[in-house]
Amino acid sequence: MTGTSASRSRLTFSTVSSAVTLAALIAIPLFAKNFFVFQLTMVLIYGLAVLALNILTGASGQFSLGHSAFYAVGAYTSGILIEFAGMNYLLTLPVAGLVCFVFGFLFGFPALRLSGIYLALATFALAVAMPQLLKVGAFEHWTGGVQGLVITKPDAPFGLPLSQDVWLYYVTLAIAIVIYIAAVNLLNSRSGRAMMAIRDNQIAASAMGIDVAFYKTMAFGISAGITGIAGGLGAIVVQFVAPDGYTFQLAIALFLGMVVGGVGWLPGSLAGAAFIVFVPNLAEGVSKGLSGAVFGVFLFIIIFLVPHGARQIAILLQNLFVKFRTTQGGHHA
Amino acid sequence: MELFWNQVLAGISTGAIYAGMALAVVMIFTAIDNFNFAQGEMAMFSTFIAWQLIQWGMPFWWAFVLTVALSFVAGIAIERALFKPLAKAPILTNVAGFIALFAIINSVAGLIWDFTVKPFPTPFGTAPFLGSELVSTHQAGMIGVTFAMLAFLYVFFRYTRIGLAMRAAASLPESARLVGINTSWMIALGWGMATAIGAIAGMLIAPVVFLEPNMMGGVLLYGFAAAVLGGLTSPLGAVVGGLLVGVFENMVGTYIPGAGNELKLPIALALIVVVLVFKPTGLFGRTVVQRV
Repeated sequence: MTGTSASRSRLTFSTVSSAVTLAALIAIPLFAKNFFVFQLTMVLIYGLAVLALNILTGASGQFSLGHSAFYAVGAYTSGILIEFAGMNYLLTLPVAGLVCFVFGFLFGFPALRLSGIYLALATFALAVAMPQLLKVGAFEHWTGGVQGLVITKPDAPFGLPLSQDVWLYYVTLAIAIVIYIAAVNLLNSRSGRAMMAIRDNQIAASAMGIDVAFYKTMAFGISAGITGIAGGLGAIVVQFVAPDGYTFQLAIALFLGMVVGGVGWLPGSLAGAAFIVFVPNLAEGVSKGLSGAVFGVFLFIIIFLVPHGARQIAILLQNLFVKFRTTQGGHHA
Repeated sequence: MELFWNQVLAGISTGAIYAGMALAVVMIFTAIDNFNFAQGEMAMFSTFIAWQLIQWGMPFWWAFVLTVALSFVAGIAIERALFKPLAKAPILTNVAGFIALFAIINSVAGLIWDFTVKPFPTPFGTAPFLGSELVSTHQAGMIGVTFAMLAFLYVFFRYTRIGLAMRAAASLPESARLVGINTSWMIALGWGMATAIGAIAGMLIAPVVFLEPNMMGGVLLYGFAAAVLGGLTSPLGAVVGGLLVGVFENMVGTYIPGAGNELKLPIALALIVVVLVFKPTGLFGRTVVQRV
């Protein structure tokens, strides 16, 4: 197998699989029930959050168990702007993203001093603190305290014959595609390569003239920003924000989504998000009393079979695809 | 000023809980260079086993010793069965495995012993210790046992061949293997010891927080924080860290108006993060020099 044919096949494989996935994502709501559409919307939203985590951990090598905090800030930003400022829900999303970007960027500075386990603890502290901060009496007028806020669900505009759920699904899908493409381009750019160089060897990277502090805080900011947009979308789709929806369990779920999808592999974010949305339900279906144990066993089976997550399956399929093509090509020649 | 010293004393007695758990965290960290997120659940399960043995009529200290022995074996068994196959997998995959283990143990314990709160006996009694209302004999006993464990670990790591082998396997696995140390079994041994220490901590904590499947959630978090504050590699650091975290927590609750119970944990954690920002390897941790 020569280099050129391999790279051409890889291109074809990824184009074909992306096209199939995209077609499926566009077509499914036309046939599925509203609740399933809602679940798929959540998959896309968590997919964005997992993607954000992938940029931080997979590309820049910084560990976070605190992304539920950024998600919460995004959700509350959108919720408060919609309910108190009467802002259009779509316009609140960039604001949520920007607020979280600033928040994440600032959090990135103390994070510079910490690495590995220590950073995990610091971000985890953030995740634990966030629900408590949202309950604080002083902000209760805006955050609704323990009760949270109820958000009105938007209708499809221009009298389009779509239910609210389906409309929000397509909105989410469009935003997810834009962010996904931007993220792929980011990682393929000079900045993305700088981040990966820092991940692989920070000292060597700084010796090559990469501004380590800048890229690490930037990665934190971008990751938090995307998570914030996901949080804002989540608030609109669920129609509700409350402190207990954003505990550290959400942060752990996002982390599991990243591992199951394959750390550092952006398309895996979707598979990982599907895992964290559907598998707990599935486990509940198998046994109500032991749902936690069933979930744990599922997770163990997955990491035993594919320790590198969905990425490993994709590589396997790609190799099969290449083999198939070469045998086909052989027949024609 | 009396209020201050009373709060310090009360803080130390809560801190003893965290110190015990932090020792288990340091133990596992020495062996696998990572946190085991299921550590608290494993300790909880051990404590339930002790409770069951006592319910069946076994005297406390017999149940105590048997539970520690069982936990040691169970820790090794879990490592051999579940985490040895993952030795070559990425580190984050291992962390996912810990989370899976957490979910399994919590769920199984809930099924066997249900989620009602159970009292757990203390061998030390609950009378005021040396006439102080703030520290009971149980808490004094707990501090005593924690320091005994600390002394044991110190002697084990410092003066025994196997302790030295474990340290070697943890710090330089490649070189350790070349001089004939079975590093894979050293990891299993670390799991066993961490589980046994966790069991002891669990049995000491249970009379205070009461026994139920979710009893360790908060304690483990403080235990992690204490271990990190102490520097992760030093058993002495873990104990000092645990006591400090207890005192921090109490001070925040007393002196910061409006902190209350809900903000105690976040503020204590924030303080720890601040300490880490100034001293990234913790109070007693050794600085690792990196080479390119």
